[in-house]
Amino acid sequence: MKEYDLVVIGGGPAGLAAAIAARDAGIQDILILERDRELGGILNQCIHNGFGLHTFRKELTGPEYADRFVQKVIEKEIEYKLDTMVLALDADKTLTAVNREAGLFQLHPKAVVLAMGCRERPRGALNIPGSRPAGIYTAGTAQRLVNMEGYLPGRKVVILGSGDIGLIMARRMTLEGAEVRAVAELMPYSGGLKRNIVQCLDDYGIPLLLSHTVVDIQGKDRVEGVTIAQVDHGKPIPGTEVCYECDTLLLSCGLIPENELSIGAGIKLNTVTNGPVVNESLETSVPGIFAAGNVLHVHDLVDYVCEEAASAGYHAAEYILRPVQEAATVLPILCGSGIRYTVPACIRPEALESEGKVNIRFRVDNLYEKKKITGYVGDTLIFNRYRKVVAPGEMETIQIRCKDILSCSDAKDITVKLEG
Amino acid sequence: MYDVVIIGAGVSGCAIAREISKKTAKILVVDREEDVCCGTSKANSAIIHAGYDAKHGSLMAKLNVQGSRMMPQLARDLDIPYRRNGSLVVMINEEDRPALMKLYENGVANGVEDLQIVEREALRQLEPNISEDAIAALYAPMGAIVCPFTMTYALAENAATNGVEFRFNTEVTGIEALEHGWKLQTGTGEIKSKVVVNAAGVYADKFHNMVSEEKITITPRRGDYFLLDRSTEGYVHQTVFQLPGKKGKGVLVAPTVHGNIIIGPTAIDIQEKDQTATTQEGLDQIRAKCGDAVKNLPLRQTITSFAGLRAHESNHEFIIKEVKPGFVDCAGIESPGLSSAPAIGVMVADIVTQILHLEENKSFCGTRRGILNPQMLSFEDRNRLIRENPAYGTIICRCEKVTEGEIVDAIHRVPGARSVDGVKRRTRAGMGRCQGGFCSPRVIEILSRELGIPMEAITKSGGNSRLIVGTNKDRL
Amino acid sequence: MEIKHLTCICCPLGCQLHAEMQEGRVVSVSGNTCKNGDQYARKELTAPTRIVTTTVRVRGGIRPVVSVKTACDVPKEKIFECMKELKSIELEAPIVMGQTILHGIAGTSIDVVATSAIRKG
Repeated sequence: MKEYDLVVIGGGPAGLAAAIAARDAGIQDILILERDRELGGILNQCIHNGFGLHTFRKELTGPEYADRFVQKVIEKEIEYKLDTMVLALDADKTLTAVNREAGLFQLHPKAVVLAMGCRERPRGALNIPGSRPAGIYTAGTAQRLVNMEGYLPGRKVVILGSGDIGLIMARRMTLEGAEVRAVAELMPYSGGLKRNIVQCLDDYGIPLLLSHTVVDIQGKDRVEGVTIAQVDHGKPIPGTEVCYECDTLLLSCGLIPENELSIGAGIKLNTVTNGPVVNESLETSVPGIFAAGNVLHVHDLVDYVCEEAASAGYHAAEYILRPVQEAATVLPILCGSGIRYTVPACIRPEALESEGKVNIRFRVDNLYEKKKITGYVGDTLIFNRYRKVVAPGEMETIQIRCKDILSCSDAKDITVKLEG
Repeated sequence: MYDVVIIGAGVSGCAIAREISKKTAKILVVDREEDVCCGTSKANSAIIHAGYDAKHGSLMAKLNVQGSRMMPQLARDLDIPYRRNGSLVVMINEEDRPALMKLYENGVANGVEDLQIVEREALRQLEPNISEDAIAALYAPMGAIVCPFTMTYALAENAATNGVEFRFNTEVTGIEALEHGWKLQTGTGEIKSKVVVNAAGVYADKFHNMVSEEKITITPRRGDYFLLDRSTEGYVHQTVFQLPGKKGKGVLVAPTVHGNIIIGPTAIDIQEKDQTATTQEGLDQIRAKCGDAVKNLPLRQTITSFAGLRAHESNHEFIIKEVKPGFVDCAGIESPGLSSAPAIGVMVADIVTQILHLEENKSFCGTRRGILNPQMLSFEDRNRLIRENPAYGTIICRCEKVTEGEIVDAIHRVPGARSVDGVKRRTRAGMGRCQGGFCSPRVIEILSRELGIPMEAITKSGGNSRLIVGTNKDRL
Repeated sequence: MEIKHLTCICCPLGCQLHAEMQEGRVVSVSGNTCKNGDQYARKELTAPTRIVTTTVRVRGGIRPVVSVKTACDVPKEKIFECMKELKSIELEAPIVMGQTILHGIAGTSIDVVATSAIRKG
């Protein structure tokens, strides 16, 4: 088997963008390994529009957005293998994969970009009691059936969770002839974008029940109904139960980065994001293994996935072309008040380019109004932006100039927090 | 006219069928469900008990110890995932020591090998995550774990290899005595048989009471469980029970043969015999109790919760006997029913053989190869397999890494998978952390292709459990 | 004078817009971050439109359906008319991305185009 300098695990938007950036940075032998039948990842089943405003200044559908990257991969003659599952990744970057044509094979690349994406939280992980009939799907599974195979998984639908996939599926199911009876959301606010509440729920008169959850599922063979109750601080309030007759329950209750391969390679994970802990170069705790996109932390917008992945691809190329010594100083990025996590988790000043910028992405831990997002290097304020509203459902980014970090040479850490 | 009809395709029914197929007889197994292993056999603790618990002198004790001893050979013959991992009954109150000693003595009397009492330090050596409160435990090295699905399918497949017929979706609605034998009314027509074996699990009282004046009652006793992700593998090594004490009966924490951790069950007596819904109270009970014997259980790694029904008979004893000429009960088969199944098979087969004076089946084949799992092969062998059959190179279930080849094999076995759950129980596709999120559409597709039926006709678990109800815009 | 409140759907920001209405006409819009928000509010309150995305059946392809969209936004009240019209269409593989699959949907002059490619299968 031919050996490659860089192997990218996953041919979704993150993987494609990383591979393209690595090629642009001068890497010749790149291989993308994709487990599905086509490149493009989950975008292929996201047939709604609204992608790419940031990157292409255009509203594209998921497949169209993916195609722009796929065409570049083809143009740049980057190699890829479809229907190929990576079974194991070792700390020395040995990859074991399998497909029909090549069988079981191993690769020993100089660098690896992890771009495996995420999976949906299933019913079992939500601990919803009740029976276990047919008709309980994650929103993404239903999306695949409807959008890629043309099959309706149900006719009368209740959706639990108001994440974007849940909202989008409420509209898709309605358009295809199903009745969506309600979307229940455990939190007092929606996990999805406001525009999706307007154009997916309000347009079709679908009620959004905030601070509500499913407390029981009925039906032996097929779902016959679900019981929804109001919640107070996450706990159902007795006496508020309402039965909804339905044949389908769709779950849109959060995404989990798919890091089983990372764990196998001994990569350190962040317990908040469930993704690898990375430095400013998006390099994991195992040198030469980089991560980007939803495998690193769950994003709301594919534009940011691709931006992040391009950075990972670039840094993977740098690693291959110009290996550096281990950094003497590492500044951890601390999560101040209101901040759940940051990506990256640390910055090595030596790895920064003095005229460059570094993105710090993060999520807040609650809904806040009228707050300042601030960034400090040591005690020095280097970033300050006022925000009317910040919500946990929306990923935030602050961009810091490298020279601001480099000029505070005695700083021990960097802090991001909400103030005011 | 059949020689033997067995009602119920659970682990007992299948063990009985296989055992009788060692004789020359025309045998039929009927079940109301669409597949083997759809009742108690599919939702239990997946444990082969050593046999110290059942009361000395009881049939339960005898068959449990026999079954436990038969398992290693059976597992080899039929390719069943089975591991003797040992079990611990943990004592957390010193005042319960007499009860612990009583259990030990009961086990010794039952003939369980190698039982010992382990004290605090030795216990921690065996099980580092044992609760700080644990003082001592009864240690039974003979305790084991098994894949209950494979065990049931293996028995069924091997029975089928030896001529046993299976008829599914066939509910027995009436039983009538003939001059020599019985006539069963079923949803798919009349069936006549010289001997009927009632191995109907929670429904065994229904069939018993159709023929016998001495009525019995089987109460479905629901047990709720949590199953944790395989990333928790090794959190416990032995099957950890709590010694029943002041706080009542605890829940067990055990590894599964596939590397998950199983926690449960509750014991909630219910009315309806098909009510396997979990409840908030049941799940809360497990959460409250599971920490008593094992500390800091990673419950956040739960991938599913489920419930099964135990066929509880008020005397807590197996009822295995000929209750009417040619009508043999195999009722009240609750825990340790799975452990006892191999011995139950032998016992019932002996009763039937005596009734019918059956002769040796000289062509009996006692072995079965399981569904080939490419993960068990060497690099070279796996590549050879993929070259011969590329379907083994396509991963369908990402979490459990199940290939298309295994799924196709599961569908074409006899009895074969007809539903998504049938595929899942046979191959583990959909059994992992995403619970079929990624693979179920592909499994539906493969079932549809291999069985030559439309996608819309594929069910989750037979009956009306259809997964797809139509096509886009079909009602617009 | 009447004030209407609405959420802009032009981009993920989701600005809260306030539109002053007089005799069914939008007089002014505030709360928007960009000019798209202004345009959106005026259109949404007088003649709302949406892009429709769905699937159309395909014969002989690697997949049984292809994803499609209206080439530009259609009047909101015509959404289901679009869906019904697309129900009866069946295409033959291969389909290329961007291919027009229907001219003038639901009595408009708006075309429907494929948003993915379907190879012959």
